[in-house]
Amino acid sequence: MPSQDAISSLQKKFPGKVGKGKEFRGEWSVDVDRDIIRAVAKYLKTELGFNFLVDISSIDYFGEEPRYEVVYEFCGLGGTNNQQHLRIKAKVSEDTPAIDSLVPVFQGADWHEREVYDMMGIRFTDHPDLRRILMWEGYPYYPLRKDFPLEGKPSDMPGEAFTHRAPLEGGPFVAAPEVKHSEIGEALTTINEPRAKPAEH
Amino acid sequence: MPETIIETPDNVMRAAQEAELAHADKGHLGDRLILNMGPSHPSTHGVLRILLELDGEIVIRAVPDIGYLHRGDEKIAENMTYNQFVPYTDRLDYLAPLANNVAYALAVEKLMGWTLPPRGQVIRVICCELARISAHLLGMGALAMDTGAMTFFLYAFTEREKIYNLIELLTGARFTTSYTRVGGQTRDLPPGFVEQAKAFVEQFKGKIDEFDQLLTRNKIFVDRNKGLGIISKEDAIDFGLTGPNLRGSGVYYDVRKDRPYLTYPEYNFSVPVGAVGDCYDRYLCRLEELRQSTHILEQALANIPGGPINIGDGKGFLPHKNTVLTKMEELIHQFILVTEGIQAPEGEVYFGAENPKGELGFYIMSKGGGVPYRLKIRAPSFVNLSILSKLLPGHMMSDVVAILGSLDFVMGECDR
Repeated sequence: MPSQDAISSLQKKFPGKVGKGKEFRGEWSVDVDRDIIRAVAKYLKTELGFNFLVDISSIDYFGEEPRYEVVYEFCGLGGTNNQQHLRIKAKVSEDTPAIDSLVPVFQGADWHEREVYDMMGIRFTDHPDLRRILMWEGYPYYPLRKDFPLEGKPSDMPGEAFTHRAPLEGGPFVAAPEVKHSEIGEALTTINEPRAKPAEH
Repeated sequence: MPETIIETPDNVMRAAQEAELAHADKGHLGDRLILNMGPSHPSTHGVLRILLELDGEIVIRAVPDIGYLHRGDEKIAENMTYNQFVPYTDRLDYLAPLANNVAYALAVEKLMGWTLPPRGQVIRVICCELARISAHLLGMGALAMDTGAMTFFLYAFTEREKIYNLIELLTGARFTTSYTRVGGQTRDLPPGFVEQAKAFVEQFKGKIDEFDQLLTRNKIFVDRNKGLGIISKEDAIDFGLTGPNLRGSGVYYDVRKDRPYLTYPEYNFSVPVGAVGDCYDRYLCRLEELRQSTHILEQALANIPGGPINIGDGKGFLPHKNTVLTKMEELIHQFILVTEGIQAPEGEVYFGAENPKGELGFYIMSKGGGVPYRLKIRAPSFVNLSILSKLLPGHMMSDVVAILGSLDFVMGECDR
């Protein structure tokens, strides 16, 4: 379905919650209310043929309210829909920086949303595993926010994320016989590998 | 500027999630092993770390851990002009820097609403396809080496060396090319380039057949790749895979065909698609893409139109140095372009290009002026790797390296 038609069907399906479609350089984008984002994604995927979630990104309009915006890029794969592209945007306020996760609809949203959370601090409700992905666990800032300076900020967290020893009971890599699953999470945080050189391939 | 410090309850939250996940499957017999693979493991092609939970030799759970190469490219991009960001794109997928340069330049040109003259477009196609061959050779070579075929790796690198020589001739650098600018290229094709490129393509066709004979029916290689790491069509689409990883699963999607850019519609080439979606299919797709790329290169090299390689707009592209030194207006243009950068209109664009690893997309949000307000890089390796935690469980430990090799990722691009 062409992007304009998709936008008008969205407007019909969710009256009052979908903004006006905007065209720029042949691409259509539309603002939607953040409460309905998962319903919109589901509708796009099942009814309108936009079954491919290309990307999720986020924008920080520092000094404006609502401050954040989450941007979803969809396109269709297969059939007559191959060339269509549609951008859905949802504003997120600074007081409650949260939006519904799309993981129940698109499994691929998992890492995209973790990245948005990591970089911009927007939480995704019902995300199965909302952890930091590029920065390390416990890093106190959200670097892509506009009030985070380019040169970075000192933080109490060491540059090496974790410094205590890994539990290497009974030999290298061997956990205790009755290993609890929770130890995987612990091992994630405790093995202190030296950061490797970037260029080795 | 107000300072927002937000303490996140990450560790607490994660512990709670792990507790929930605990004892999801109790069917294991022996001891569980937690194996830390990477970040400096030969088969992780850089600095990918995977935490594997093993039951004997079977992987039960895999938790990828990325970010070791994170340099904050997106943040950096918000603080410099459009052309200043070109060298950073070299360092995304550093196995195909030329293709990244082209993709980035095309994205900004889409924002500006510019179209390159035909000669510039054909040069870019040549760049992209050379980069694709080079990147696929390394990807296949690394896969072959990880699965025990060292010879192929050396054969592949011999050919890559020739491509590097061509790239050096074209751009002056072998690795970090920074060849494109917004609205054109830094330089025209040097004398002798077309002949050398043609000679390369001619001899490379025979080499592909050699690769084919060396590997495709190699018993060990086939046994280590066939039927492993199967990604179903639905999963491939659902996870947003692109490039040979998506096509290996039998989905026909190639940005060059579906949302064509440059002069790709003029060339006759086909898009190989796999049937099963296993490691072997992904290898076969790459091998066939080598053939198709040489096919495109042949057609492009045979018909390079004359004329300018850059957009003629003096306010958009740096004027020639001779004119800068002799003419007032050009001097002003250069001064403005260098100090303030290209003045982009307000608006937002997404441009995705078919890179060797998949669809490399740039989402640019501009509020006007010479600097992007937000630049998001949609890195194919990042998206392709997100399927790991679903793909790896159930496989043998030794198959993990084959699966990683067949996914053909680059951490520079994944971590940005």
